[in-house]
Amino acid sequence: MNVKNYVQFEFPSLPENVAFARACVGAFVSQLDCTLDDLEEVKLVVSEAVSNSIIHGYNNRPGEQIKIHVSILDDRSLEIIIEDFGCGIQNLEQALEPAYSSEPGRMGLGFTFMKSFMDEMDIRSEPGQGTSVCLRRSFMHPDEEGFSEGG
Amino acid sequence: MEIDHKLVRDTLVVRLNGELDLGVADTIRQDIDQIMESKRIKNLIMNMEKVTFIDSSGLGMLIGRYKKVSALKGRMSIVGARSSVEKILNFSGINKLIPLLANEQEAVNI
Repeated sequence: MNVKNYVQFEFPSLPENVAFARACVGAFVSQLDCTLDDLEEVKLVVSEAVSNSIIHGYNNRPGEQIKIHVSILDDRSLEIIIEDFGCGIQNLEQALEPAYSSEPGRMGLGFTFMKSFMDEMDIRSEPGQGTSVCLRRSFMHPDEEGFSEGG
Repeated sequence: MEIDHKLVRDTLVVRLNGELDLGVADTIRQDIDQIMESKRIKNLIMNMEKVTFIDSSGLGMLIGRYKKVSALKGRMSIVGARSSVEKILNFSGINKLIPLLANEQEAVNI
């Protein structure tokens, strides 16, 4: 599939930028003409991935770099890549367990939300190098998928 | 995010307005804990009518307050959550610990 449109941006690892990041991605994704519920789910997963980068990737250190790349493909699918250059994930299998968190007081639901609200989640992480989370979701209309109520 | 509060008998009612995420969760946590400790209150109502967004940082703040209230043998409820926020509260399972109610009146009368 070809990329129809894309946006990329970077910002420092400040908690106030979580809202900025999801608002930017939400504004860009709204051109897909998806429902408000869909848009809320996309904003949620961006919020979770960026929060993970700040809290876990950079241990809450401000001023570190987070990059986001969002692509809309010509089949009305969406790809979002959230990348940090922090400490990486030591044990990815454990990090993906629902309700697991390395930080006390957190619910450990970030990856669960990402997996649940997107079609695909691909994580690349190297200890000491950083983490890249790639999230994909299709917003194809039912009739475009070859489905019709009349069969 | 704006935070407003009032005391109704032995209960702290907190009204939040805006988006509840990592950028604000810690400040809200500190504000609520400070008020509850200084006024020795053990019951908490979180009015979320005007909360337009919540993520796991917001959920973590809520569950932390629930643990605190439970340790004091108090009661906590969440009121007025709009459907998009309620969906996330239900998805997280928080609704099994903290009752989700329609309005403050209902919560005060429990």
